[in-house]
Amino acid sequence: MSSVYDFIGGLVGFGLLEGTIQVLIWALEILAIAVPVALTVAYTTYAERRVIGWIQVRQGCNRVGPYGLLQPLADGLKLFMKETIIPARANKFLFVAAPVMALTPAMLAFAVVPFGETSLFGFWDEPHVMAIANLNVGILYIMAISSLAIYGILMAGWASNSKYALIGAIRATSQMISYEIAMGFSIVCVLILAGSLGLSDIVHAQDGGILHWYFIPLFPMFIVYFISGAAETNRSPFDLPEGEAELVAGFFVEYSGMWFAIFALAEYAAMILIALMTSILFLGGWHPPFEFLSFIPGTVWLLLKTSMLIFVFIWFRATFPRYRYDQVMRLGWKVFLPWTLAWIAVIGLATYAEQIHENLSFISDVIGFYQPWR
Amino acid sequence: MIEAGFFYLFGGMAILSALGVIISGNTMYSVMWLILCFFNASGLFFLLGAEFLGIILILIYVGAVMVLFMFVIMMLEVNKTAKREGWLQYLPVGGMIALILFIELVAAATSGIFTTDKMAMMSHYGGEVNNTVEIGKVLYTELLLGFEIAAIILLVALVGSIVLTLRERQDAKYQNISEQVKARKEDRLRKVSM
Repeated sequence: MSSVYDFIGGLVGFGLLEGTIQVLIWALEILAIAVPVALTVAYTTYAERRVIGWIQVRQGCNRVGPYGLLQPLADGLKLFMKETIIPARANKFLFVAAPVMALTPAMLAFAVVPFGETSLFGFWDEPHVMAIANLNVGILYIMAISSLAIYGILMAGWASNSKYALIGAIRATSQMISYEIAMGFSIVCVLILAGSLGLSDIVHAQDGGILHWYFIPLFPMFIVYFISGAAETNRSPFDLPEGEAELVAGFFVEYSGMWFAIFALAEYAAMILIALMTSILFLGGWHPPFEFLSFIPGTVWLLLKTSMLIFVFIWFRATFPRYRYDQVMRLGWKVFLPWTLAWIAVIGLATYAEQIHENLSFISDVIGFYQPWR
Repeated sequence: MIEAGFFYLFGGMAILSALGVIISGNTMYSVMWLILCFFNASGLFFLLGAEFLGIILILIYVGAVMVLFMFVIMMLEVNKTAKREGWLQYLPVGGMIALILFIELVAAATSGIFTTDKMAMMSHYGGEVNNTVEIGKVLYTELLLGFEIAAIILLVALVGSIVLTLRERQDAKYQNISEQVKARKEDRLRKVSM
């Protein structure tokens, strides 16, 4: 991992012109990820309303523009025009900072997501990974950054000076901490098989058609990861932190206008990230399911898989009633955690089966002999 | 040169934010200063080319430990007026600890063990050394015993804290969830012919 050094070297090593060009290229790279993510977030809200509408035998939003396609823009405009009200006894600084702290990690995490590989129509000799930063600790980076999202929620809950907001924030925190563990362990299984923490290496390890994708040997982990992702992003049926039946609107009850919308944006961005990560970790990333389909670009495959998973999230929301809070905790700690631990043992034994007789004898120096990453 | 600049940036910010932790009157702000301090410390790890340690620092301390800190502070009624009372009383003990730590640091820094020629930086080997892999290899071979002992100590602490705080209330009514899940339609519903 030398991207920090690339960055520093980029500032020092180049002259003024090259330095400016380099900074411009970085800015373009960031825009090329951030703008589509923002648009996707906007249109995920549209998709959600349409799909839930159809599931419930309604039309959904179909008035603004053709098929209602301009609805997200109208919503955004409406929220921009609304007044932001800050409660009188709220902590003003934290109240305003909280939405920013919720959205920033959600967007930052996209920096390491590999969206595919390209040789730029033969311009480069070997294919380059399409990511802003192709870290070799990419998966850890994603986990670290997405665990920061909780601060926005905690601060919103505390700074609002409202009991509903506080209880919502406390629920969100305990839920996110609980499910992060299950998510971490299910990722460990992927890491054992792939032998690398780099997201592009994990995708490369799943090369060669649908039978090599990790959702087959790790099917329970695939389910655990996806459901934990729903719980982690406070999606229905785990949207207890914002359960309107008992908490009005949860941690953002005091927010209005654009500050309120930013929380919604952060939630949808996190949901898209979970869908992307599930496709990368378990569904072969940018690899096509069958070799003869490889004429379709990898990015299209990745986005297709991601869209499918986002659809499943929306489907969840339309299908399942909300969990009771103690059952959310039970599912995280008493079902998912033992399940993931057991599967780590299974996968570990299966991976190292040939070396077991050697690995069990600690006297010999063969520990660490089997290196799947080499 | 610019590396030194980044070092002083991260180091200076770490010291400033550590000062902010103890100076700030609002406990919530103290926690946020501490988070900033951890971020800067992780920046120092990144400068050394130890990206695994840097990310793990953020993941564990910022992502988990500080969340729990904040969680506890949120639930406490923070009394802002009584914040500075009795700090002179703790000054001797605190000063002693600070002095001992300072002497230890100076001793370690001047002992000649932590010199650059003995502990060459990972990043200077170029791209082929992956320090996640290297840490893994060392941790699970040479340092396996110490690693396992640390893990066992943590597990014991975990179990101990649960045992100390778990209170089975006799008067409360708990649901038996496995009973609830096991319930079938036939148990609850009976067709009666009228």
